[in-house]
Amino acid sequence: MATSRTTGTSGVREAVGITPHSHEARRRALRARRLRRGWVALGLVVPAAVAYALFVLQPLALTIQYSFYEWNGVTESTWVGLENYSRLLSDSRMLGSIGNALQLIIYFSFVPVILGLLAAAVIRKFATSRLALVSRTVLFLPQVIPLVAAGIMWTWLLATDGLINEVMRALGLGGLTRAWLGDTNTALPAVGVIGAWVALGLCLILLLAGMSKIDPALYEAARIDGAGAVREFFSITLPGVRQEVGVAVTVTVISALAAFDIVYISTQGGPANSTMVPGLEIYYLGFFSREVGQASALAVVFMALVLAVVLPIQRFTREDAR
Amino acid sequence: MSRSTGRSRNAAAASSVFLASILALTACSAPGGGTTDDQATADGDTVAADGDWTCGTDDVTLDAYIETGFPLSAALFDEFEAQYPNVTFDVREDQFAVITQNAPRVLADDPPDLMRLPQVSDLAADGLLYNLDEAATALGWDEWPASQLQQMRVDDEGRRGDGPLYAQGLNYSMTGVFYNKELAAQIGMTEAPATLAELDGFMQAAKDAGITPSTQFNGGATGGLAFPLQALMASYGDVSAINDWTFQQPGSTIDTESNVEAAAHLQKWIEAGYFAEDINSLDYSMMMGRFIDGESLFIFNGDWESGNLDTQMPGNVGFFLMPPLEEGGTVGAMSAPLTYGISAKAENPECAAFFLDWIATNDEARTIAVEIGGSHPMGPSDAFMPEVDADSVTAQTLAAGATIAEDNGSMEFIANATGAIYATSWTPNLQRLVAGEIDAAALLASVQADYESEIGS
Repeated sequence: MATSRTTGTSGVREAVGITPHSHEARRRALRARRLRRGWVALGLVVPAAVAYALFVLQPLALTIQYSFYEWNGVTESTWVGLENYSRLLSDSRMLGSIGNALQLIIYFSFVPVILGLLAAAVIRKFATSRLALVSRTVLFLPQVIPLVAAGIMWTWLLATDGLINEVMRALGLGGLTRAWLGDTNTALPAVGVIGAWVALGLCLILLLAGMSKIDPALYEAARIDGAGAVREFFSITLPGVRQEVGVAVTVTVISALAAFDIVYISTQGGPANSTMVPGLEIYYLGFFSREVGQASALAVVFMALVLAVVLPIQRFTREDAR
Repeated sequence: MSRSTGRSRNAAAASSVFLASILALTACSAPGGGTTDDQATADGDTVAADGDWTCGTDDVTLDAYIETGFPLSAALFDEFEAQYPNVTFDVREDQFAVITQNAPRVLADDPPDLMRLPQVSDLAADGLLYNLDEAATALGWDEWPASQLQQMRVDDEGRRGDGPLYAQGLNYSMTGVFYNKELAAQIGMTEAPATLAELDGFMQAAKDAGITPSTQFNGGATGGLAFPLQALMASYGDVSAINDWTFQQPGSTIDTESNVEAAAHLQKWIEAGYFAEDINSLDYSMMMGRFIDGESLFIFNGDWESGNLDTQMPGNVGFFLMPPLEEGGTVGAMSAPLTYGISAKAENPECAAFFLDWIATNDEARTIAVEIGGSHPMGPSDAFMPEVDADSVTAQTLAAGATIAEDNGSMEFIANATGAIYATSWTPNLQRLVAGEIDAAALLASVQADYESEIGS
């Protein structure tokens, strides 16, 4: 393709009578312009690159470096090689926190994406009405509430005398009420519910935007062919928003794995470590136990885990989009 | 397609060069070191420049980093500024948990003259705290009862109980059992229980009457059942063995026969339903709120709440120490100074030490310590004590403090044995005990294993 374009250009050049001399001048001018553009581009990129190097790459590199030392954060450190990593593999508490993070993916990612899909499919049908606007606003609201505030609010709602238990009692389900965040069996799902509630708004808006791009003629054609709402959803809506689903899943999976604020506010990892997640464990190791090396090793492993989970999702959605 | 591959290859190469250069920058030296004061000697000790333990006459600004939500410090600062107009306090406040986790870095990088501290052993061993031995000699602290300063002494192995003095207390607090007098009257409890069996009886009577015996907190990262557990340990066994453990004395263990019996007693209370159903999600402020609202007969807590309870529930709160197994037996209680330290790099260590001495020896300051702090001031045994309303709970906690002193039953809080043992071992294990996942013996075995791993590391 590149060759044919060159031939074509030289043909034009001959036709308009450009001399070799002026051709050389033009090439020089072009090169100069390209160079100028390069400098401008570099000038624009450098500040961002420096900031990225200072605030992202350097801490990342330091974390990797610290993970090979035993260090309390203040005094001299001791090189321990891979010991912090091998301890990770034998520590049930740290492994447990990773298991909890993986479980949270169900609540922080799968639940809001599925509910978001259903809600968006319903809202799409009355997209121009005021009800759609109200629904979008109500469902999006959790997204703009700070996570800390959401955590505090849900702590009240899930308390023994909180609204959830009161409603259950009113419905005659008093036997099922409990301290949702204080029971080792229900604390993690309860934290998950908070995360699902927060993530639903983002998923909904993303998926609604995706659905608005789908050609209405497709729905009309399907309806003429006798397709029902369910068939429409699986044959037109879902394939149409595959890319948006990919984005929603990626973002929410990362938020599940990196969960810290909601857990810290609602349970602080308790009771009995049942809601301990790697983010919180790193914090406890670094600041309470003052084991900076061990905390860094967990952070490195955790980062690798996040990449291992998220990269396949990215790849999957990219290939699908093609 | 080949173009995009080329671009991503370029990007990957650029990123690699970038990362490699950053790694090269960071990997040249091992982290840590070089943070201790120039004044510090090899073992972290510091010495006063000229031994003038006053605030002098020139203008001085004392940097203080204190715990938010406690009015005692502010009241003492105001009174000191009034008495010594050349001194001004520059105060920064944070929650205790924030102070605890930030302590090493703040002491090293942003050295305050006065800082509210958690347990001091790690900080002293790392050379971050000012050695107050000279101040103690110059200001006469050596003549105070030795037990007052014992918990703030740290030897060169990082063990507490002996060695140089690295902190001082605003006052010393003590824990026991607060009870709601109105609810107590409803179940026929007219006076404090004399034995543990009597206390068991009152707990059961409250439960039978539909009153929650105790809304003790045990949620999040703060296992409040450690309060009754340690008090029960003192009823069942010897407090000195518990102190040995918290002071990290060689060979000490928390997993003793008497402590297992104490933990089994606590387990019995849990299984009998004497604590609130949602105990594992209750935090400290929720416990206080419920007690003040009259929802609970007992709480296991410290005299730092005496002043608050006298204000919130005047005349309606009683206090007693955890009763012994047999009537007349010795009693014990967690008792610790409200610890303040001075950074090894502080600008005004002498003035700060003088302020700490003033709190313990000035009549106005001692009155503030009792009336606002609700606890016993530090200082000589025969020092001035303000008049306290005999019907107040403050009067009862001060009297209980005297009993503890007579019985030599003072214990450092088991949660302070190491920097992380409370958040990472006591709390989850006490929560497991509530959830029925472990029993008393397993609880102590697990804490002991965590303790050994921390001390060893």
